[in-house]
Amino acid sequence: MGDEKTTEEIDVWVAGTEAPQFSPTDEGSQEISRDESDYRLREQLGSVVDDDYEFDDEFGEDDERMILNMGPQHPSTHGVLRLQIELEGELIRRTKPIIGYLHTGMEKTAEQLTFAQGPTNVTRMDYLAPFHNELAFSLAVERLLDIEVPPRAAVIRVLMTELNRVSSHLVALATNGMDIGALSIMTYGFREREFILDFFEKTTGLRMNHNYIRPGGVAADLPPGWKDDVGGLLRYLPPKLDDYDDMLQANPIWESRTRGVGVITADEAIAYGITGPALRATGVGWDLRKAFPYSGIEDYEFDVPVGTHGDTYDRYRVRVDEIHQSLRIVEQAMDAMPKGDFRIGDRKITPPPRARIDESMEALIHHFKLFTEGFKVPRGETYVAVESPRGELGCYLISNGEARPYRMHTRAPSFNNLQALPIAMADSMMADTIATIASMDPVMGDVDR
Amino acid sequence: MTHRIVEALVERFETAEHEVSHGQDVVHVPRDVWLEFATAARETGFEVCVDVTAVDWLRSRPDRYQVVACLLSMEHELRIRMITTLPREEPVLDSLVSLYPGTNYPEREVYDMFGITFAGHPDLTRILMPDDWEGHPLRKDFGVGGVPVQFKESHQVS
Repeated sequence: MGDEKTTEEIDVWVAGTEAPQFSPTDEGSQEISRDESDYRLREQLGSVVDDDYEFDDEFGEDDERMILNMGPQHPSTHGVLRLQIELEGELIRRTKPIIGYLHTGMEKTAEQLTFAQGPTNVTRMDYLAPFHNELAFSLAVERLLDIEVPPRAAVIRVLMTELNRVSSHLVALATNGMDIGALSIMTYGFREREFILDFFEKTTGLRMNHNYIRPGGVAADLPPGWKDDVGGLLRYLPPKLDDYDDMLQANPIWESRTRGVGVITADEAIAYGITGPALRATGVGWDLRKAFPYSGIEDYEFDVPVGTHGDTYDRYRVRVDEIHQSLRIVEQAMDAMPKGDFRIGDRKITPPPRARIDESMEALIHHFKLFTEGFKVPRGETYVAVESPRGELGCYLISNGEARPYRMHTRAPSFNNLQALPIAMADSMMADTIATIASMDPVMGDVDR
Repeated sequence: MTHRIVEALVERFETAEHEVSHGQDVVHVPRDVWLEFATAARETGFEVCVDVTAVDWLRSRPDRYQVVACLLSMEHELRIRMITTLPREEPVLDSLVSLYPGTNYPEREVYDMFGITFAGHPDLTRILMPDDWEGHPLRKDFGVGGVPVQFKESHQVS
């Protein structure tokens, strides 16, 4: 009885399909083949090491260049970014970013969703700045509809997007610190961001992917006690930021890891279409909030911080200064918050209040139509851009007169800014790679969409 | 109101048509003067090409594809949008990379998503989809779903 071996064959395939043409251990098998030679076996087990590996490439024998593949699964490349780096010793000669690992076809998806459902889709693109995505999309839809949102909705939008800028820049600061090895700043940055996300959660129900800013206004009014929450943030954050300045500004390690690292000149930045803090760090004071204002942001007082050298340090500095400026805007928005509706009263575009549905047949019909068919948008095309924490976030929208966009394209700032990496990293040290990537602050959800 | 810089720029090209779309300046440029127009625009002060994208009109228009490039002048705080159309049979357009290096990735994306070729582009390869992908996903005749999931054990999901 003991001699008999029962063998079981396990096949994995789905019923109703053809039998698979492979064995379950076909791929990725870790077993050592039995009919290999003894030497080969020992080599595979690691007891013999054969490292007569000949490097054969286009550069010939004398050249010391090698290609290093970094990522896509690398803890420091901020998501699934892959870099092919051509190294000469410790020096980087050429870099090629390879992207697309997070591509989920969101522009295609947008063509299947109604304009009312659109913000749910776009909010997932740049997941660190979801409000800006929603805002760009909503502004584009509103321009095609030719409507203006009520003043309160516009101010809520400014309040939320600027808080979002703060939270996004805090993550940039945190990850920048983490990649250089300043782990304290990482924990602090994420901690401070969490306080802002708490307020987002209280207002929208979610920490991220809010679907809060919608065509016609915002989804809900600010929660009771919002002034205390925002006021608390305004009191809490500035002293903390000063602490981080104390910690980083006079820190010789931080300075030597960031100053003169990953330099982009202003001409290069403009030629390559770099926008946002990376552009401003080169000394170009270009900010869409000043040049092409939206949501009434021209009524607020704020400065555009600029750098001088375009290096990693300046990009860090510009972000910290922008946090202060955004807090200024938040404070003004809080004081200026008008009373009134938080979305337009056109029931063809925004749903009626919940209470009205119980008493009005018309309201019920509007609600039903809006959530089944959506609303129709007149024929036309437009491009609307907002200043996201990473730069110009544009939405190119074409409507065919139906309830779904014919085409929705997002001009992603991270996607364009990534083109600066090969320039910033050329002829720099391998050890500075991570600092440079982190300071460009690419969000792969935004790059690949 | 159209800025005089835009007016002067459009006047230099007989075949270019100016249009105002929701308050934004749009110039319809035939594809043979695409690069020429962009060169003139760059000299006029549109120093940034913000974005290049495309639209597939399938059968609803005589020319199937439309390529859109957004130009920006930081100095004059102006934007214009260049639009050209390409026929179904031969969707080839001059690349703007020599003028605006920043159009490298966007043009690769358009090539990847629509199959529109840019003549003179230094590295026209797929950027978002895998290298061996068949078809161009943002074309209107590319269906949603029906893509086999690429695991050996699974069956085709439709």
